[in-house]
Amino acid sequence: MSPFLKRILVAVLIVVALWAVNAALSDEGLFGFGVDAYSGRIVVLAGINIILAVSLNLINGFTGQFSIGHAGFMAIGGYVSAYLTVYHAQAWERALSGSIGETAASIIVFLLALIVGGLAAAIAGLLVGIPSLRLRGDYLAIVTLGFAEIIRIIILNIDTVGGATGFTVPGNVNFLWVGAFAVITILVVRNIVKSDVGRALVSIREDELASEAMGINTTRYKVLSFVISSMFAGLAGVLFAHYNRFLSTADFTFLRSFEIIIMIVLGGMGSITGAVLGAILITILPEGLRRLPEVGGYNLADLRLVIYAALLIIIMLTRPQGILGHHEFGLNWLRRPQKQPEGDKTVGDDRGVPIAQQTETERLAGESVKEEVKNR
Amino acid sequence: MDTFVQQLINGLTIGSIYALIALGYTMVYGILRLINFAHGDIYMVGAFAGFFLANWLGLAATPSLFGLGITLIGSMIAAALIGMIIERFAYRPVRKYSRMTTLITAIGVSLLIENLGVVLFGNAPRSFPELLQNENYRLFGNAAISKSQLLIFGVSIALMLLLQWIVFRTKIGTAMRAVSFNLNSAKLMGINTDLIIAFTFALGSALAAAAGVLTAQYNPTIYPLMGIITGLKAFVAAVLGGIGNIPGAVLGGLLIGAAETFVVGYGQNIGIPSTYRDAVAFSILILVLLFRPAGLLGTTVQEKV
Repeated sequence: MSPFLKRILVAVLIVVALWAVNAALSDEGLFGFGVDAYSGRIVVLAGINIILAVSLNLINGFTGQFSIGHAGFMAIGGYVSAYLTVYHAQAWERALSGSIGETAASIIVFLLALIVGGLAAAIAGLLVGIPSLRLRGDYLAIVTLGFAEIIRIIILNIDTVGGATGFTVPGNVNFLWVGAFAVITILVVRNIVKSDVGRALVSIREDELASEAMGINTTRYKVLSFVISSMFAGLAGVLFAHYNRFLSTADFTFLRSFEIIIMIVLGGMGSITGAVLGAILITILPEGLRRLPEVGGYNLADLRLVIYAALLIIIMLTRPQGILGHHEFGLNWLRRPQKQPEGDKTVGDDRGVPIAQQTETERLAGESVKEEVKNR
Repeated sequence: MDTFVQQLINGLTIGSIYALIALGYTMVYGILRLINFAHGDIYMVGAFAGFFLANWLGLAATPSLFGLGITLIGSMIAAALIGMIIERFAYRPVRKYSRMTTLITAIGVSLLIENLGVVLFGNAPRSFPELLQNENYRLFGNAAISKSQLLIFGVSIALMLLLQWIVFRTKIGTAMRAVSFNLNSAKLMGINTDLIIAFTFALGSALAAAAGVLTAQYNPTIYPLMGIITGLKAFVAAVLGGIGNIPGAVLGGLLIGAAETFVVGYGQNIGIPSTYRDAVAFSILILVLLFRPAGLLGTTVQEKV
């Protein structure tokens, strides 16, 4: 099959799949098959989490910059778009609906809210990124966390968007919107990673000094990936605001950012499919634990958050590189694995540290470079 | 002037608490390069350990300095043990893996302690027994200092001096500094690094527990999630002072405590409502890091090519 045909086929499959899931989640159901509203909500939230995890993976997994402020950008997207929807959308829709009909008008106005929300988050990402990306490692982490908390506290003090009481937003986002944007996020991040920009980002992750020596403008690329990542977080915020129909700053604390980090580490840092998998798992896991049975007169479901935390620790102890590590899950896995050439395994890294003594990241990093070179 | 002195005293009180917790963050970071997110929850565990110990011994019936001392030391020992258990079973196995893995493990441990706390102690706040009859001492004018504030200053200064002595004057302190300088070289010099790391966790956890009991004595409401925001601010204090630097942690803690109190007290006059209280620590941190990327007392390590 020619690559072009294959792409068309994949695109058609994705659209059909999105439509089918959306129909199954709707009130009518798909050919009589439907799921209850509670499960439907989990599916939609998983979609939003996929957008968050995949976009955060661009900065944390591929560029190697440790950001834990994703919830802040999500909050900006959510609140800016909600402000537009609550205070301006009706007037715009009325103005538009005369010429193109009501449905089209509401879609266009929502698209506008999405664009503005995403842009606002991107601008915030730029403003936060330029000063903070000079910092390294844990300093960057705590500064991004700090910015996110400051954003949250500022929102908390703006009465126009509800302040501490929360903000009710009209909206009718369904799975189709969320799924479509999840697919778009995955495609954009995948294409960035496979492009020359992506190579530059990975080189910054592997060795910032060396990549600077190779003529890569590291600051520019770091800020770029930070801005793109923030923009998608903003879009996720817009979708969340109009799906949940209620915003509260309690949804955007640093614990939310931690949750997104957990998703990408669980799935495997620097793996897009890993981030998707992690997002789905972390969305389902706490809900699934609600259904735990009663054992010996003690309700295990009450312990679900304890079990969740314990599982997290156990996963890290037994599978520290995440479920997929640096690998991508794909149809290639079904093919027969190719044999590694002998000799590759015994060579140490450039500092002369034998592979056996390298830490897991160093070893994985080394392997990913080899893979990257092989794939070229 | 009276209000200013009063605000300063209150600010330094909270600051001393932040400083005690920040010391644990900074020591663990100095040795393992690990942000121990569970450290704030150890502070909570310390407060609850003191609560149960004091109630069990019935110390509230006869308030005395002796009873408070017993509670303080008991909860410090309990927290030190818990700190060592956490290190042994959660952090040691992942130490050899990437920083991200250890970080997520730390977040996991933190969530585990918080949620276990909610399950075991319940969500409702509890009232810490009054172990010392509280009195206010007039300083001058209308400014006053309470007995529990004096206690916080006294105990935290004593503990900080003790820590300084341990780190710089004892053999195990020398070993701690060696391990934080270079773990592998320290190992080659015959230092039992596992023991030193466990000791560091015990020391840091004991300080956090002391902070927990002292806070509970000053502000007697304790609840299982009390460690989240206090722990985060203490961590910010450690970074502000230069993470890995012991005097830096104290400086950062006092600075953040004072700044926070002043914003609550005087913020309205310059247009900052007191609801911005929790943003103060982060704003100071960001401003300082922009000009001194390694914190106030931290030294920038020149990267070698």
